[in-house]
Amino acid sequence: MMPKTPLSFTLNGSETALFVDPGANLLDTLRRGAGDLTPKLGCAQGTCGACTVLIDGEPHLSCLTLAETVEGRDIATTGGLADGPDLHPLQQAFMEGFAAQCGFCTAGMLMAAKALLDRRPNPSRDEVIEAIGGNLCRCTGYEPIVDAILTAAARMQGRSA
Amino acid sequence: MSLTVNTVATLRDAAYALNDRARYLGGGTLLMRAVNYGDQAFDTIVRSRETDRTIRSEGQGIRIGAGATMTDLLASRDAEALHPVARVIGGPAVRNMATVGGNLFAAPPYGDLATAFLALDATVQMADGQSMPMESFLSARARSRGLVAAVMVPRTGPQEFRFAKVTRIKPKGVSMMSIAARLPGAGGSLGDVRLAFGTMGPMPLRAKAAEQALRGRSLTEDGIREALRVCCDGLQPGTDELASEWYRREVAPVHLKRLLLGRGR
Ligand SMILES: Cc1cc2nc3c(=O)[nH]c(=O)nc-3n(C[C@H](O)[C@H](O)[C@H](O)COP(=O)(O)OP(=O)(O)OC[C@H]3O[C@@H](n4cnc5c(N)ncnc54)[C@H](O)[C@@H]3O)c2cc1C
Ligand code: FES
Ligand code: FES
Repeated sequence: MMPKTPLSFTLNGSETALFVDPGANLLDTLRRGAGDLTPKLGCAQGTCGACTVLIDGEPHLSCLTLAETVEGRDIATTGGLADGPDLHPLQQAFMEGFAAQCGFCTAGMLMAAKALLDRRPNPSRDEVIEAIGGNLCRCTGYEPIVDAILTAAARMQGRSA
Repeated sequence: MSLTVNTVATLRDAAYALNDRARYLGGGTLLMRAVNYGDQAFDTIVRSRETDRTIRSEGQGIRIGAGATMTDLLASRDAEALHPVARVIGGPAVRNMATVGGNLFAAPPYGDLATAFLALDATVQMADGQSMPMESFLSARARSRGLVAAVMVPRTGPQEFRFAKVTRIKPKGVSMMSIAARLPGAGGSLGDVRLAFGTMGPMPLRAKAAEQALRGRSLTEDGIREALRVCCDGLQPGTDELASEWYRREVAPVHLKRLLLGRGR
């Protein structure tokens, strides 16, 4: 058996250390190793975006990220969005706007949206569409998701949507 | 079968570590897919802690480190001519990961950037110091086990370069075909035209008969007629889930015409 490799990184602000198998991807490492079940496995080939996480603030597909490459880096998942009982404005807007139906795409959508709002707090509708261009949703038809992201952006800026 | 990850300190070490059963890890968007789906063609991933993501002017062109991502290209003024290509590759997460080096090996329907490089007459620099034209590199890439260090792209004005990606899913989708054209003298009489098609063969290919037919002509209905007639000569389109070979041959002149006459995309 191939030896496992020690790996440490920050996950939603907490130091995390574990061992990974050779060739393990980050998605599997987060779910099975770190117990963070928020990123989802949809396709394991980059097409659905359900596994999107932020690495040093930028969206990446965790299913296509070799786990060992995140040594010492900062990973953010949907698991770290809420502040205790208080949902993140994106989560709140998704809930209120029916932007999550089955919910399978939601964690990836939220992280793609967070990356956008962190960089552009006041995005246009087209920028929102572009930001979630790599995330598939089979339920909502996308419009409620785009609306929810714009609503969250407006609230975070203290504007009404 | 077990997989080994060989993490090395430098690109030089990575070049030494590559062999028939080893693959270099770029952004991983294709390689990790192969790993996830149990590809048995390799048993070692070579990963280098050192990467080269620099993009800079050098001589008469720009040098792009093989580790540069599509996002890096989009952030570089020097690489402005390539922005229309980098922008339509995947979504934001793919663009943050996908490297220039990996795109040179991407099988159809991928390889949009390699198609652009072929039209731009770019040169591939290998880590062992060897250098070769993109066309020779692409035709031998299946046997290549070397490490690509960088791509050198001759400087081209944004007006001289045109690119179209034809997809069946809007706004995002993989290429049914992509077309890249370097059109010196586009305002009047065309000079040394280079025309490349992606996803119209096992690797990006030049449409040499059409290039020839455009030389000395102008970008008018009349000037491009012969080029459109011969544009599939030498291409080897296949049939896949996006389109049949017949369909690709039928629509190639239509899309080439739109590109050359600048109508729509
Ligand atoms: C959802 C999705 C959408 C995509 N859309 C597009 C698209 O629209 N257009 C497009 O062109 N591509 C697309 N791709 C394919 C792919 O992301 C790109 O082609 C990308 O540029 C590949 O680069 P990479 O760094 O991820 O390659 P990797 O997966 O790291 O490597 C691919 C191959 O190249 C080899 N390799 C990588 N770098 C080097 C090097 N420096 N020297 C020698 N060998 C090397 C690897 O060993 C491997 O065999 C898409 C992929 C996904 C998952
Ligand atoms: S599971 Fe990663 S993109 Fe689908
Ligand atoms: S809510 Fe079901 S896939 Fe998006």
